[in-house]
Amino acid sequence: MQGVEGFIYPNELELQWSVLIVLYPFITGLVAGAFILASLERVFNVQAVKPTYRLALLTALAFLIVAPLPLQLHLGHPERSVEMYLTPQPNSAMAMFGFVYLWYLMVVLVLEIWLDYRKEIVLTWQKSTGLMKLLYGAMALWSDNISPRALDRDDRIGRALTVIGIPSAFMLHGYVGFIFGSIKANPWWSTPLMPIVFLFSAIVSGIAAVMILYFVTCWFRKVVVDMACVDTIATYLFYAFVVDFSLEMLDLIHRLYESDESFRALDFMVKTRLFTSQIVLQIIVGTIVPLAMLGLTQLVRFREPVRRVIYLVAGCLTMVGIFAMRWNVVIGGQLFSKSFLGYTGYKMEFATREGLLPAILLMILPFVILWVLIRLLPPWGHEEKTAARHA
Amino acid sequence: MKPRSGEYAHLIRMAGLFAIGITAFLLLRWMMVPADFGLLGHYRAGAVQDNMERPVMFAGQAVCVECHTDVAEVRAKGRHAKVSCESCHGALAAHAQDPDGVKPKRPDPRKTCIICHTASISKPTSFPQVVPAEHAPEGSCADCHVVHNPKLS
Amino acid sequence: MNQDRRSFLGSTGTLLVLTASAAIAWEHVLAGTPEEAPNYTATDHWWGMSIDIEKCIGCGTCVRACKTENDVPREDFMFRTWVERYVVDPAEYEHPKVSSPNGGYDGFHEQEVKDPNLKVFFVPKLCNHCAHSPCVQVCPVGATFESQDGVVLVDRKYCLGCRYCVQACPYGCRFIDPRTETVDKCSLCYHRITKGLTTACCETCPTGTRVLADLKNPKDPIHAFLRDHKVQVLKPQMATGSKVFYNGLDGSVR
Repeated sequence: MQGVEGFIYPNELELQWSVLIVLYPFITGLVAGAFILASLERVFNVQAVKPTYRLALLTALAFLIVAPLPLQLHLGHPERSVEMYLTPQPNSAMAMFGFVYLWYLMVVLVLEIWLDYRKEIVLTWQKSTGLMKLLYGAMALWSDNISPRALDRDDRIGRALTVIGIPSAFMLHGYVGFIFGSIKANPWWSTPLMPIVFLFSAIVSGIAAVMILYFVTCWFRKVVVDMACVDTIATYLFYAFVVDFSLEMLDLIHRLYESDESFRALDFMVKTRLFTSQIVLQIIVGTIVPLAMLGLTQLVRFREPVRRVIYLVAGCLTMVGIFAMRWNVVIGGQLFSKSFLGYTGYKMEFATREGLLPAILLMILPFVILWVLIRLLPPWGHEEKTAARHA
Repeated sequence: MKPRSGEYAHLIRMAGLFAIGITAFLLLRWMMVPADFGLLGHYRAGAVQDNMERPVMFAGQAVCVECHTDVAEVRAKGRHAKVSCESCHGALAAHAQDPDGVKPKRPDPRKTCIICHTASISKPTSFPQVVPAEHAPEGSCADCHVVHNPKLS
Repeated sequence: MNQDRRSFLGSTGTLLVLTASAAIAWEHVLAGTPEEAPNYTATDHWWGMSIDIEKCIGCGTCVRACKTENDVPREDFMFRTWVERYVVDPAEYEHPKVSSPNGGYDGFHEQEVKDPNLKVFFVPKLCNHCAHSPCVQVCPVGATFESQDGVVLVDRKYCLGCRYCVQACPYGCRFIDPRTETVDKCSLCYHRITKGLTTACCETCPTGTRVLADLKNPKDPIHAFLRDHKVQVLKPQMATGSKVFYNGLDGSVR
């Protein structure tokens, strides 16, 4: 990326928020989106997607566990981050991070996963020995009651948790949008649309991620992909993407039309420094192409193998596009000077605390955690339970 | 096989875990929030004191004038009357604390005077300014000007 | 209710109230009310600054004095205060050419402009110590705050280094001090003004461009300054309650 051009306030030379802060909304977006997909089955009774229900929950948990790590790496004093729990400043959107995170982790995800898996946990506890027996016993809280009445009660509580979980997921990711959207000093960020755009792009990325993971895990298990399931997921992905794209276009058109003081500087930035990441990666490769592909499958009935390829490719391009969107918001918002008279550049290093290497490792880590979770709590083989639930 | 635990056992135990967690959190919070937090506003009241406790580097001209009355008199009569001593002589609180131990270096007129008085279209026209190469190609400004009262000596 | 019960309730109630008040008072005693400098009462003051653009000669003495007084790193991208030079073509006042070589630390010697039709002037900038500060608003833990005398200060022992405040400041006056990994910015030389001195930049400004202002002091020259000049603050549309008042601030200034 280029260096300084024009005039910047002297303190603006170095970017404050690095690629790690791009990663954080991307990760929490995946969490929120995966959870919304899971809630489709649990709350809205969309039967077709039930093969992905448990996978979506475990995906959300794996990413949520990793979510605070980029933030901790970024802080000047990570050891002081506990202050957000001790003295959260009530006017600051960032202060609610700790509480929203804990709430979502413990009350929504952990409780719901625990209640849904309890029968399998107890059965595995009874069958295993040694360390595994201890682990599963602890997970069961040493209660072995899996009578139909207890399981039914668990199910009803779980459903209530999912209902609470939907607005909680909105909070978890929406507040991140508000963190940016409420900064009047930065016109690239400051818009009431920001939380909503963040949320819809989160839903898009989460759905795409679970769909890709479903393909990948089916391939590993040598199991046939449930086409009704992925067809439904792709439909939801398509419509969510249409809404997301419309919102982003609305923001753009609004800026172009009003053409306020900042517009000239931002427009120049998009056409030069942000051209590859915004026009090429986010809009063309990451939005228009997958939208066209998915839209085509809504109009034309392709054969199964063709549909699978289209979904997989569209899903991957979607993930690229949503990551690019986070990049363009976070990095793009810091490339121009608040004087609107110049630009600076982002020097991303490789093996430093906030460099590319930690970012790559942090993106790999959730998949490692997911693998562990899948081993501990297999998401498959529970179809008869879900059928019984809806009998 | 009849289960050993009751129907509600797992729910009660989970609720118990939550209760323990919340209590531990509240306890930790009570122990760790700084005692002076929130007294004056949403901040650590001691931070005000911390900000007051930096070392002072510039003494302020009132202090200089206490000892250097002769220079102050000369200055008071000319165009530099309002220019503080430390504008040209730099930070002198250390010298004011220990006048014999800390002896500041006399500023080089060629560097110090020129910073303000080099002609520039950016400066207000009423401000006295010269092009140094034309006005005095060599020598020190002090050769002709009494620096504290800068009419020609 | 018979007399005994009433008196019992009365004395119990009194005891409870006294215990509660004692507990609160004891908490304050343990905390230690912050000692102010001798003879300094924060609520008697409301600090700001006046800057007269028409007097500024861009010598950069204020920038050097500030870095010396406040131990600011000497790099050219960390300033508590800096000076900008504006070169404005009157026909295009929305597109000024602005420069700030090393923040104006060494003056502006090499930046010569010859065209007399251009409007050229200097603008010193610093933290505006906003009364409705957006930086204070966004700090997640309360590590930056506005003191009772109107100075926006940083608590370096509490700051996490999240940099949210740096993003929120419309004036670009904050930076991260790499030595402490916390945020730093102009503190209006709080350690000086609470002892009756003026700020380092105001002390050393040779032309009287920068003058510390105490808006609560009826004898302060700021009142005459505000009355007798056409006064502006930076980015008034942000409604930050900025307390740095400029005379002669051109419309092209960003």
